[in-house]
Amino acid sequence: MTAVFTAFKEAGLASLVAFLLALPLIGFRTNTTGTGLNFEFRWEALVVSVVIVFVGRCVLTSTRGLWQQSRLHLPSFGYLRSVIDRRRVSFAVIVVLVALLFPFMPEVDRRAIDLATLVLIYVMLGWGLNIVVGLAGLLDLGYVAFYAVGAYTFALLGTVYDWSFWGCLPIAGAVAAMFGVLLGYPVLRLRGDYLAIVTLGFGEIIRVVLTNWVALSGGPNGIAGIPRPTLFGLEFTRRTREGHSFHEYFDLPFSGDHRITFLYYVILILALVTNVFVLRIRKLPIGRAWEALREDEIACRSLGINPVNTKLSAFALGAMFGGLAGAFFASRNGFISPESFTFIESAIILSIVVLGGMGSQIGIVLAAAALILLPEALREFSEYRMLVFGLAMVLVMLWRPRGLLAHRKPTLTLYPSGSRTLK
Amino acid sequence: MTINELLRVEHLTMRFGGLVAISDLSFSAAQGEITAIIGPNGAGKTTVFNCLTGFYKPTVGRLTFTVQGKQPVYLERMDGFRIARAGIGRTFQNIRLFPAMSVLENLIVAQHNELMRASLFSVAGLLGLSRYYDAENEAIELAKKWLDRIGLISDADRQAGELPYGDQRRLEIARAMCSKPALLCLDEPAAGLNRNESGALNELLRDIRDTQGIGILLIEHDMSVVMNISDHIVVLDYGQKISDGFPTVVRHDPRVIRAYLGEEEDYDVDAVQPGLPC
Repeated sequence: MTAVFTAFKEAGLASLVAFLLALPLIGFRTNTTGTGLNFEFRWEALVVSVVIVFVGRCVLTSTRGLWQQSRLHLPSFGYLRSVIDRRRVSFAVIVVLVALLFPFMPEVDRRAIDLATLVLIYVMLGWGLNIVVGLAGLLDLGYVAFYAVGAYTFALLGTVYDWSFWGCLPIAGAVAAMFGVLLGYPVLRLRGDYLAIVTLGFGEIIRVVLTNWVALSGGPNGIAGIPRPTLFGLEFTRRTREGHSFHEYFDLPFSGDHRITFLYYVILILALVTNVFVLRIRKLPIGRAWEALREDEIACRSLGINPVNTKLSAFALGAMFGGLAGAFFASRNGFISPESFTFIESAIILSIVVLGGMGSQIGIVLAAAALILLPEALREFSEYRMLVFGLAMVLVMLWRPRGLLAHRKPTLTLYPSGSRTLK
Repeated sequence: MTINELLRVEHLTMRFGGLVAISDLSFSAAQGEITAIIGPNGAGKTTVFNCLTGFYKPTVGRLTFTVQGKQPVYLERMDGFRIARAGIGRTFQNIRLFPAMSVLENLIVAQHNELMRASLFSVAGLLGLSRYYDAENEAIELAKKWLDRIGLISDADRQAGELPYGDQRRLEIARAMCSKPALLCLDEPAAGLNRNESGALNELLRDIRDTQGIGILLIEHDMSVVMNISDHIVVLDYGQKISDGFPTVVRHDPRVIRAYLGEEEDYDVDAVQPGLPC
């Protein structure tokens, strides 16, 4: 009886709050009439919203116990984890093979390849940001700034000087890395929340500068006509001014799909290079120093590790991969504007890293696929898309608070896994 | 005091605002000896350490550190990580391991600078040149040697944070030793250890002194722990040196006895100056 009473009491309080909030937010509606505005009082909507909150609260209170019990029985990725651990190499090979053959699979159309390309951009960004957030433990909320720097570097070099994509790619990476150091230097002493706020500000500064420096970046109009990547000089157009285009050279009928497929492979290779780089550098002294710095900076100093250089190298390398992905993004779209580099992009990339489980490479792939494909799949619910997206994130965080695949493997071991005898 | 003087502290004074934590402290530590700094809580022992290892910049004083065959360096001017590179290893009162990393990794991180040079600042490592792998294997061998000595060889792949407290203490000492210091500074190494563990610790410290030929400087507030392992004891009280010499001499120094036991009318062993880090 008391349980029912508390449930009603809580629900009553919740609906009172809902009423107070809904009165100005939902209760009044302004209508434009010929002469001006007039108010309309929508008491039905008000009542409905309060009733929804009341019933919802009642249900929540009465099922709270159930939810806590059921948490224990929710499936975990334990099985998948053990499979990945045991056959680490073969699992990675399967994933790469699937990715390589993806464009030629049945039922895979132009739209699917395009979407896969988008997912791979975010996978690459996630792997790049993972250096900064997952390994070095520096919470960076402005990662999109480096993505923008890479994109604009290539867009400007490509449109003003007619440089090719492949020539500009290293330059875009280098310029982004330079910006990484520029940002890193003033924030060396900051950690955690403070660092997050400053990096967030840096991301916004880059976007605002790009919007307002019209002479350089074209302002809100952006830059159009960015050159597409070529395959050893072969373009993917119907006709070229000189030389051959791809379909002429290989004597194929022209199809727009060639370009889409080619772009897919370019980003796949870029992402794989990022992955191999991160996996390798993690096992090098610099990678271990990043992790040690994340664990305890003071202890690092006492062992003679220079925290300035170590942090800056993490910022620079993370930014470099962001810049490379940005250059690809510019080349793929052919048009960029500051609109593409808003804070929400940074938030999505960070969510990918956190959801994937910090430091987990395959977790980031899963998280990127989920975060990019989910909003696409929910397009029909356009208005509620972000709501469902948020709900999904909250659920994942409740279910696996340390990320989908959070598990740290030591960078070197003395014993083969699971045994206590020397190798 | 001895021929192979490693560290000489002269007129060290540290003020925090109006509070004088250490005033005009001079002492020295020699190679091949265990020097202990003792004193009641709040005497300024940890502050001395933090000045030596670069966490504080002393208000006044000169700290000269001379490794045999090298130019003397002046620690009061250096950054913490450069002091560590010059050859001072340290442990912390509240253990600072890298808890999420494995025991072995903790010891490999300690050899960061050598490995970094061997990997040509990651270039040789990324390319997979054998030059780097040789250095890495050497580093693993050194780590194995220390794991053997502290009895944690079978726990090499466990997370450092999972180890029992006593093992973490010994691991922290092994980690400091892997950075190949000329002077090992230990901040209350016996704190929180039981009688057996602290006996084993004394054994380890003597062994390090005798086989590695380095100097050890340790802080302790419990006199009984240091009496039987130290070669030389410096006693602090309220930031001032009240006694300095062989353990037998210090033990019978009336001022030391007064600082620890207090005088009849003023019996307060834990007289702590407020706000003073110990």
